[in-house]
Amino acid sequence: MESVHTEQGAHAGSFYSYTIGFLCSIVLTVIPVVIVLGGWLEGMTRAVALMAAGVLQLLVQLLFFMHLREEEKPRYNLISLILGLLILIVIVAGSMWIMMFNMVAQ
Amino acid sequence: MSSSQVTEASAHAHHDQHPDIEEMRLLGFWIYLMTDVMIFGTFFATYIVLKNSTNGGPDPANLFELGGVIASTFILLASSYTCGLAVLAMNKGRLRALLGWLAITALLGACFIGLEISEFAHLVNRGATMGTSAFLSAFYTLVGTHGLHVSLGLVWMVALMLQLAKRGITPVTKRKVQVISLFWHFLDVIWIFVFTVVYLMGVS
Amino acid sequence: MLESIKNWASDFFVTGDPLIYGADAAIVITLVAIVFGLTYFKKWGWLWRNWLTTVDHKKVGIMYILSAFLMMFRGGVDALLMRTQLAMPELQFLQPDHYNEIFTTHGVIMILFMAMPFMFGLFNVAVPLQLGARDVAYPFMNALSFWLFFAGAMLFNLSFVIGGSPDAGWLAYPPYSELMYNPGVGQDFYIWGIQISGIGSLMTGINFIVTILKLRAPGMKLMKMPMFSWSVLASCIAIIFSFPILTATLALLFLDRYGGAHFFTLDGGGNPMMYINLIWMWGHPEVYIIVLPAFGIFSEVVSTFSRKKLFGYKSMVYAMMIISILSFLVWAHHFFTMGSGANVNAFFALSTMVIAIPTGVKVFNWLFTMFRGRISFESPMLWTTGFIPCFVIGGMTGVLLSVAPADFQYHNSYFLIAHFHQVIIGGVVFGYFAGLYYWWPKLFGFKLNERIGKWAFWFWNIGFYLCFMPQYVLGLDGMTRRLVTYSWDKGWWGLNLVSSIGAGLMGIAFLFQVWQILHGIKHYRSNLDTTGDPWDGRTLEWSIPSPAPHYNFAVLPQVSDQDEWWEEKQRRQKEGYTAVAPEFSPIHMPNNSGIPIIMAGCWFLAGFGFVFHWLWLIIPGLAGVALCMLAHSFNYDTDHYIPVEDIKRTEASIWGAANL
Repeated sequence: MESVHTEQGAHAGSFYSYTIGFLCSIVLTVIPVVIVLGGWLEGMTRAVALMAAGVLQLLVQLLFFMHLREEEKPRYNLISLILGLLILIVIVAGSMWIMMFNMVAQ
Repeated sequence: MSSSQVTEASAHAHHDQHPDIEEMRLLGFWIYLMTDVMIFGTFFATYIVLKNSTNGGPDPANLFELGGVIASTFILLASSYTCGLAVLAMNKGRLRALLGWLAITALLGACFIGLEISEFAHLVNRGATMGTSAFLSAFYTLVGTHGLHVSLGLVWMVALMLQLAKRGITPVTKRKVQVISLFWHFLDVIWIFVFTVVYLMGVS
Repeated sequence: MLESIKNWASDFFVTGDPLIYGADAAIVITLVAIVFGLTYFKKWGWLWRNWLTTVDHKKVGIMYILSAFLMMFRGGVDALLMRTQLAMPELQFLQPDHYNEIFTTHGVIMILFMAMPFMFGLFNVAVPLQLGARDVAYPFMNALSFWLFFAGAMLFNLSFVIGGSPDAGWLAYPPYSELMYNPGVGQDFYIWGIQISGIGSLMTGINFIVTILKLRAPGMKLMKMPMFSWSVLASCIAIIFSFPILTATLALLFLDRYGGAHFFTLDGGGNPMMYINLIWMWGHPEVYIIVLPAFGIFSEVVSTFSRKKLFGYKSMVYAMMIISILSFLVWAHHFFTMGSGANVNAFFALSTMVIAIPTGVKVFNWLFTMFRGRISFESPMLWTTGFIPCFVIGGMTGVLLSVAPADFQYHNSYFLIAHFHQVIIGGVVFGYFAGLYYWWPKLFGFKLNERIGKWAFWFWNIGFYLCFMPQYVLGLDGMTRRLVTYSWDKGWWGLNLVSSIGAGLMGIAFLFQVWQILHGIKHYRSNLDTTGDPWDGRTLEWSIPSPAPHYNFAVLPQVSDQDEWWEEKQRRQKEGYTAVAPEFSPIHMPNNSGIPIIMAGCWFLAGFGFVFHWLWLIIPGLAGVALCMLAHSFNYDTDHYIPVEDIKRTEASIWGAANL
């Protein structure tokens, strides 16, 4: 059961890191809200900025809250996450691409 | 024999060189989360493809009111933080603090659900229902599925608090807390993308 | 009052067709016979304790395979009915509506309720034994997966006698599967049967990934793992990423039908083509999900029966993993004709052709494994040699289909039908048969009669080629799929007749297999497998007795080589080898549980309620599901230990006390 004891140290995170993570996520939520409510940026630039904030937010949650960086080898969690995100992008982007001819028509 | 004793014993059994059972269970839950990513991915893809098919009904720009949604976003973010603090308390072996933080997390989650229900009720009152258009079907399905996950998480959290109160912090209850905290952070992540793709990009 | 009950009953039950009345009678008689038999022989308690509540992966595997055989019978009867209708022009054997139902249920049953459970059965039977594990990672969830599959399959099959079968094709394309065109309950049976069993499939996928990653015997590095386990890993990766897409897509179709949504309807801004796009995101990986484990079986069989190490182990591993991921990048080749444009079609045509490369690599690996091997042709090897030419032809016609411009000719023709039957029967079914014959002695402790097996093999093969080779030509001649009949002047009748005769031969082949199994059970004493290693095997499952004791390995093996058991046998033959007396320690095992079957029963009720829009059944059904989950969560008494004395007693009864 040694692994559990060492795990406490490694997997626990600290009050400090949780708080940093929380503050980051607040900031990363405020930025896109301000962009939209303040009417900054336009069109594609705005979409990219909003998505970028979302992706950074994802990283914050993964690193500070879900403790992904503290995983021991072999890093099955990380591997399955990368595969999952890859296939997620394939199905979302693929659907948009395939159905585009129809979206334009409407 | 309770399985907490079993876990304790299995660690000492010489021939069981397998990894810790509870850690193995955590991996399975993580993989489950990946499957949930695919479910949400399908709903996101459907929403994006169908969001312009408003069928003469309301479109995102004149339907959504950001005020309530921004509030619920911050509520969910805060609950993700308090859920983290619960795990922290658990790792320090402080049962009462753990129960307290879980209760606060559940309360924040309930507020989130309350806000979502009132938003849906408001929209339906304005005549924007599931059957109005493909866009609204996709909207209710995507946002509603997330809400359903949060609601199930609430029931689960209450059940877990009862178990914690009865059995204290054992390897098994500890794993269960870790699992639900993963689930909760995961739902937070999904919400961030719902918020961005549906609401923020919708009103732009 | 009586009149209204009569009206309701004639709506509720399927009526009007003598075939169906016959089936009704057969079902009732069988059920009564089973209930009577169990009561008469006082076997209810035995059934409950040993089978219905078991979490033992070997028993779960047997139940999966048994269900798969039942479903193969049902799907096979569907196929023979269709071939009878098409044997000659302008036959009136089946009415068009009935014909639509039959080709729909044939497809759904064969893929989802025959191939999938057959595959899961083989996973359960072989993987933990190959890995040197005591059970799967989540034994409770494993039992739950089986019972969910079973509930889903029964719900789907119920549509045959209650309410009416689905008739919108095996993938239920809208708009025809929407409420507007398909107001009956058949389509709802389809949705809920697949949804409920789909949850089970998903959980099995998670279960076996974790089993393979975490429960391998000490010393078994991933790159020393038996090839079948690798193929299961590849298949399960595809399962966990693709089955959620199916669940989500069918949920959307359900919302259309039940909640008045407009995802795929023709009105309200819906888009039926989105459904086709989504369903094939699952549908294509599904094909690889079922065929990859077959590849794994062939790899084991080829190497065992050639008495050689598998040629190109690493390339085989990479090929499987690449196929598993690439299978998510080809889905649009199922609808080249939809009109997404030249760029989309070009991309998906290319990715489809690329996927043929790793598949080709495998075929060469098998051939080179056989090259200069000491081959013996027992049943498993026979099926493998039958597979190779069949799958190569099927694969080549697949590459023809992947050429997007040419596909406009082949699309929805019998050319396509012949192609996918060739890869699915020649690849998947032959593969699972090879696996079943291979692991049968391990599973039951006796061997099957080889002579009857050879008859079955030749009937299957000759029947297969007679049935499907003509269909390629018919497809090129312009015969389209799902056609209920055709006229004399088309000139198709000769080939269709040959095709139907071939189908009949495959039906006879199936009967040979049933006979072979019954014959084996009757004469099992004279065919006992006392060594536990009937084929001179190479992997760990052959190092333990047949049938395996419920804890599998009395002592966990220490692995140092790729074909560990083969190497171990070599080591034992060397001079100076001294056997070490095994040192037992208590074995940690999961408890049996009644929750899986009860929970699946609740799902069945809820599903039935959803089909008929009966809220009074949906609510208690779902509440039952929730209660079962809570009951399991609050139950902390889930495991036990087998004491050393019990292990010693069991081992002594198998090997004889002197050998311990």
